[in-house]
Amino acid sequence: MTDNLANPRITARTMNEDSDRVSGPPEILKAKIRADDVHAFYGAKEAIKGITLDVAEKEVTAFIGPSGCGKSTFLRCFNRMHEIIPGARVAGRVLLDGSDIYDAEIDPVRVRRRVGMVFQKPNPFPTMSIRENVLAGLKLNGLKINDADRLVEESLQQAALWDEVKDSLHLSGTSLSGGQQQRLCIARSLALEPEVLLMDEPCSALDPIATARVEELIHELGGKYTIVIVTHSMQQAARVSDRTAFFYLGELIEYDATDTIFTKPSDPRTEDYITGRFG
Amino acid sequence: MASYTQRKLVDRIVTGLCICAALLAIIPLGSVLFYVTKQGIGAVNWDFFTKLPKPVGETGGGMAHAIVGTLTILGIACLIGVPTGILGGIYLAEFGGTRFSKIVRFSADVLTGVPSIVIGIFVYVIIVVPTKQFSAMAGGVALAILMLPTVVRTTDELLRLVPDALREGALALGVPKWRATVSIVLRTAAPGIATGVMLAVARVAGETAPLLFTAFGNLGWSDGIGSPTASLPVQIFNYSVSPYADWHRQAWAAALVLVALVLFFNLLARLLVRDRSPAR
Repeated sequence: MTDNLANPRITARTMNEDSDRVSGPPEILKAKIRADDVHAFYGAKEAIKGITLDVAEKEVTAFIGPSGCGKSTFLRCFNRMHEIIPGARVAGRVLLDGSDIYDAEIDPVRVRRRVGMVFQKPNPFPTMSIRENVLAGLKLNGLKINDADRLVEESLQQAALWDEVKDSLHLSGTSLSGGQQQRLCIARSLALEPEVLLMDEPCSALDPIATARVEELIHELGGKYTIVIVTHSMQQAARVSDRTAFFYLGELIEYDATDTIFTKPSDPRTEDYITGRFG
Repeated sequence: MASYTQRKLVDRIVTGLCICAALLAIIPLGSVLFYVTKQGIGAVNWDFFTKLPKPVGETGGGMAHAIVGTLTILGIACLIGVPTGILGGIYLAEFGGTRFSKIVRFSADVLTGVPSIVIGIFVYVIIVVPTKQFSAMAGGVALAILMLPTVVRTTDELLRLVPDALREGALALGVPKWRATVSIVLRTAAPGIATGVMLAVARVAGETAPLLFTAFGNLGWSDGIGSPTASLPVQIFNYSVSPYADWHRQAWAAALVLVALVLFFNLLARLLVRDRSPAR
């Protein structure tokens, strides 16, 4: 069982450094993910320098920061995708519902079934149809599918793609437009009924209209799933997220309610970044 | 404007040169196919596929035993060479990156350059001498060694062309690495790998030198894969160096059948792979 306190270190820092603010950060009622002093390395290079942070359940948390600040790396620590890069490793603990996903007993494959991920570039499997793409997670894992038709429809409905593709489910996943492909990838993740959905700059390869659709979708899904989204766009973070964390040079600078971050940031670096002075 | 005219002219000339080069490359292929067909078609008939050779002096007869022999030897070669080659390629592309894999890759490249007759002698020493018997098995092993580097390197190259995004996509769905490799990476590269394998088969199907020391040849039906076995290339070689006009005709017919066989395998592989992808 996880306790209900927000991470003491973050709370303390934001409170201390923010003496003139009226309210503290909103308390996290239930931490779905708790990162505890996480360090991530590429070979000898330390990309994440000991970050501690809680991700609230069934909320959208955005990670922002300039390129190379480690936000994507940190995200990939949440489903053990960081370690698949040769030479990469993680130190520290990441608790999912209170148990450490880096425990030696834990199979990374199991973790990834609970924590879905959507990537920067849409990556539907080119040899599979739209329908097969949605079912891919279950089929490749050898899981039994009771009602495939319903699962396909439900997943695509949730990803707001059903109406556009319901008559062409047999077509190749790569025949869709970029925005549709990204929603197909979201549907593919949702079909596995993940508890957490990680999104690594999901809109950066999409045009503005497709971006708007995907953002709307993220906002809708926020009430049902725990979502962590990495984004380059501060407007996007402001639009879709409940909480925002600002990273800089592998460190967590500030983590607070999105409104607070964008209206009353407590760290001068956060303010410089969101006002466009660097990044 | 003068420079624009000049550029257009240069463009025309270079385009023309490219077309000429392409034609030059196709001419030998076209003329070989044409000549083989012209010379061989006359002797290709039902008997050719069903009968054994007649003794010298009698006309007619066929090469049924050599066709079956070639298919047997190629079958053995594929059974040994294709799985080994594809698995080796998967290792290099998906699990490599080590010093060992660099050595393997380099060895495969060196093996590509080893003359086929050397491989024939090698197999003669390691199989034919100990078993005291020429055999289809020995021929198959020789051809498998010949096709191995091609299969390994094409698989390796084509798997490395598959975007990492697909690997990550599969892994992020909680798919174990072996399953992601087989069902996503290998599946995506399958058409290319099939083509590579077929090219390797086509290349070894016409090999004569390594078979002279291994499968040897046979004037009649082979007694099994442990016995000397006739093959089309060896048969073509023996018949074409003979002094008999009828055997020359048979050799042309055998050449035509061999070319057709290779072409058939090529088309078959392409069709098999294409049919399994979803519509665009």
